[in-house]
Amino acid sequence: MSEKAISLHYEIDGNNFTVAGQASSSIKKVLKQLGVAPEVIRKVAISMYEGEINTIIHGKGGVADVTISSESIIIVFKDNGPGIPDIEKAMQSGFSTASDEARELGFGAGMGLPNMKKYSDNMTIESEVGKGTTVTLTVNLQ
Amino acid sequence: MTVKEFAEKNGMHFLSCGETELEISGCYIGDLLSLAMSRVECGNAWLTVQGNVNIAGVAALTEPSCIILVEDRTLDENTETKAKEQGINILSTELSAYDVACRLYEQCQ
Ligand SMILES: Nc1ncnc2c1ncn2[C@@H]1O[C@H](COP(=O)(O)OP(=O)(O)OP(=O)(O)O)[C@@H](O)[C@H]1O
Ligand SMILES: [Mg+2]
Repeated sequence: MSEKAISLHYEIDGNNFTVAGQASSSIKKVLKQLGVAPEVIRKVAISMYEGEINTIIHGKGGVADVTISSESIIIVFKDNGPGIPDIEKAMQSGFSTASDEARELGFGAGMGLPNMKKYSDNMTIESEVGKGTTVTLTVNLQ
Repeated sequence: MTVKEFAEKNGMHFLSCGETELEISGCYIGDLLSLAMSRVECGNAWLTVQGNVNIAGVAALTEPSCIILVEDRTLDENTETKAKEQGINILSTELSAYDVACRLYEQCQ
């Protein structure tokens, strides 16, 4: 892979469930083209999908920025949604505040954040109630 | 056994067609997307009752050989469109997930 970092930017529409997963499939294609190992692609695809969905259903939309370098893939999700009052609780498997509408669509297992933690090498959440949430994920390439 | 062979042998029909000669290896049963996301493995048959468009999103990332929509559930219209666009195999059956899993176990060795 080339030494130069690649930066990708995605706008995530908060009202459109039907395009959910677009940024994740786009990243997956890019990583495939770059010849990244399948296990790494799987980690990134899962983390990216969960982050994208949370940005839509909880964050009311936002942006994702992905930086791919020879060492790592860094994904930053940023939204100006309601924020997370208790991050520790939100991180627990099974905790979910998903709406009935979201649950009918198969969301709300409370496994998104735990998946992101499990399938990334580092994860940080910054959140302020009423202001928004930023989630940063790093997947190492080495 | 390929997706096509399994469909024919068990009277299932395609709601969306991609590469139908893919081999089926193993299966995952579940309707919650973030669980499926981390558990469906490449080549699996994914058995679900969930027909909304997000199953196509999860399948595009996890690459099951097919989704099998059990208990005669129907696909939302946009799911069909998206699945066809992405070349995802979706089969329909009146059987329960348990019955399909038993058949997969018996037939796909
Ligand atoms: N961007 C966000 N803004 C506000 N709240 C969030 C955000 N991301 C997560 N949360 C909160 O954390 C909880 C847990 O998130 P997590 O992704 O683990 O589960 P979920 O989205 O509810 O269900 P699943 O991801 O399994 O479909 C959410 O229900 C929500 O309360
Ligand atoms: Mg989630």
